[in-house]
Amino acid sequence: MTKQVTNVLIVGVGGQGTILASRILAAAAQRMAAEVKVSEIHGMAQRGGSVVTQVRFGEKVYSPIIQPGEADVILAFEKLEALRWIDYLTQDGAVIVNDQSLDPMPVSAGAAAYPEGIIQGLQAKAKKVVSVDALSLAQAAGNAKAVNVVLLGVLSQALGGGDDLWQEALAEAVPEKFLAVNKKAFALGRRL
Amino acid sequence: MEKKLLTGNAAVARGAWEAGVRVVSAYPGTPSTEITEYAATYDEIYAEWAPNEKVAVESAIGASIGGARALAAMKHVGLNVAADPLFTVGYTGVNGGLVIVTADDPGMHSSQNEQDNRLYGRAAKVPVLEPSDSQEAKDFTKLAFAISEQFDTPVLLRLTTRISHSQSLVELGERQEKELAPYVKNAAKYVAMPANARKLHVTVEERLKNLAAYSETTELNRVEWGKDRKLGIIASGAVYQYVKEALPDVSVLKIGMAFPLPKQLITDFAAGVEKVIVIEELEAFIEDTIKSWGIAVTGKALFSPIGEIFTETIKEKILGEETTMLSGGENLPNRPPVLCPGCPHRGIFYVLHKLKLNVSGDIGCYTLAAVPPLNAMDTTICMGASIGVAHGMEKARGKDFSRKTVAVLGDSTFLHSGITGLINTVYNGSTVTTIILDNSITAMTGHQQNPATGKTAKGESAPSVDLEAMVRACGVKRVRVVDPFDLAATEQAVREEVAATEPSVIITKRPCILINRAAMKKPLVVEKEKCINCGICLGVGCPAIARKDGKAKIDVAQCVGCGVCASVCPKDAIVSREKDGE
Repeated sequence: MTKQVTNVLIVGVGGQGTILASRILAAAAQRMAAEVKVSEIHGMAQRGGSVVTQVRFGEKVYSPIIQPGEADVILAFEKLEALRWIDYLTQDGAVIVNDQSLDPMPVSAGAAAYPEGIIQGLQAKAKKVVSVDALSLAQAAGNAKAVNVVLLGVLSQALGGGDDLWQEALAEAVPEKFLAVNKKAFALGRRL
Repeated sequence: MEKKLLTGNAAVARGAWEAGVRVVSAYPGTPSTEITEYAATYDEIYAEWAPNEKVAVESAIGASIGGARALAAMKHVGLNVAADPLFTVGYTGVNGGLVIVTADDPGMHSSQNEQDNRLYGRAAKVPVLEPSDSQEAKDFTKLAFAISEQFDTPVLLRLTTRISHSQSLVELGERQEKELAPYVKNAAKYVAMPANARKLHVTVEERLKNLAAYSETTELNRVEWGKDRKLGIIASGAVYQYVKEALPDVSVLKIGMAFPLPKQLITDFAAGVEKVIVIEELEAFIEDTIKSWGIAVTGKALFSPIGEIFTETIKEKILGEETTMLSGGENLPNRPPVLCPGCPHRGIFYVLHKLKLNVSGDIGCYTLAAVPPLNAMDTTICMGASIGVAHGMEKARGKDFSRKTVAVLGDSTFLHSGITGLINTVYNGSTVTTIILDNSITAMTGHQQNPATGKTAKGESAPSVDLEAMVRACGVKRVRVVDPFDLAATEQAVREEVAATEPSVIITKRPCILINRAAMKKPLVVEKEKCINCGICLGVGCPAIARKDGKAKIDVAQCVGCGVCASVCPKDAIVSREKDGE
């Protein structure tokens, strides 16, 4: 089956910076395809809940929503969230996962346990799993908050597109005063 | 022409700007909020946050009668509040074009119900337009103003969460200035008293016939014949996109004007295919109308009136195709939204939980106190309902019930519609204690200004309502202000006011931590040797504290040092970092 539309699902926890990541990705996608659609559910995103952003691009894109089983890449900012959304991945899709765990309230309150062995679990299900220590790389780039852009750098390798295209997308979506550190973070992710 | 990736909400604001709109009034509500935030960024548009949706629509009506193109925006439930002016402006009609945007929320991503506001269009006899992407959100907004002026009617622009919050490419245009239409005194048109309204109703019925004729020919409704002439689908809004994705070959009648519907166009479409299925989220709005004309269609027999419809649902119901997907996402701990670390609401709700009070709640971030571990909210009905509900409980169960009950609502919610409930408690002699959570912002929807914050929607300084003076003016004699982080003082205030046998108000005053970053302090730490693993600190429901290896542990990345957990620790084991020397 020839894929006419590329589907990227970005998942994480409110406050992790998924929105900036999706903005950069959308800016890059606009340079790669005739049509781009992005869907976000926000409203309570600052309050620590699960967040998901869907980015679709190609010649012709109708729905802004990715169907279960149709995401080419899941970019997960947190391990549990990667597992939560795994049923959205295509049979031969890739999971790029930040090797970090953030306890949700039921876990920190002691009402539930954080699942063990998530990365292995993902590997058992998905054809390709790239586990990234994005926090260390972000710190190496000079700002722990740049985890999102490190992960985007990893994603850029999976999606293709030349350096210039991604650099333009970064410059378009990232505020000037944070651009230098984010470019560093992006490069560290892209090099992986 | 420049193309830009815009959300539906940004596109509506852009459309309003291009259409020469001068006045936008709104009350924030997900998923509609950003329409007004974007509108406020245009110099040519006066944009404001009104205290509630009724005032917003009235403000837009005034601007319209004053000769300007005007827009009011709100979430679906906001239109309930604004229904009163809507139904009558439907009679009077407009001077400058008037568009009311309702952003519905199928699936209830951030709402208390999933009412279908297309029904309001029919009930108020005003046309309803439904865009299906951001380009249409912009184009339909502009067209809505033209329809409003051509037919002398307000127009309802109905969005849904997926339209409001999805981005797609939009061709940008220039602003076309609209001169103010002359202000002409015309009591027969604008004074809706019985003698006038009887005549206006006749005009409205005539207008509906003209709008129905317009619906037949407008480009808003169009047939897309497919290779397949067996099956014809009728769809509107976001569902149209899902239909095109799921069923590329079928014939589609795309409805952009959901009320009034084009009878002849639909009749001809039905005659051109063997079978017609209406796919629409929530109510059988289109389906029932078509059935009333004696045309055979199906819809809700296949698709649920509950929640959203997706591409995969359409494939399953129409094609019988099952979605193939990886398994494994089941039975995971869920991740509900929580009150932020440093949230000023945490202290007061901890006290309410501790005192085991009945809590008549309201709508805002603090509704999150209803879930574990705080479990400190018994009812949430609608904006401003907390005080009226607590009052009614006392009238049903007696004054003793109010000795263990409080009404709780935020500053913005109090100004929206809570104040009338408070006046009622004084006037009708109940002894309810009302707690106003004054965090100096409308936080839940993403930090919008309100009449108590001292700033306008455009960021200019404004007079701010003095809540304390206001509740005193309502006739409440017992009024006190506390800092919700001072748990001892807060608990004492709640105990005393709940015990008092007259209406009372406690204002908990502390700004939302997200607008008060200067108040963020260094993370606290748990002194392991002092911690006895009692779990009391976990009861404050802070995402920054968890139990690790038999002790409480504070996540340094999340903690902002508010100290609520330290106040509840019986062993003083939670201390500031400096003391600990870590």
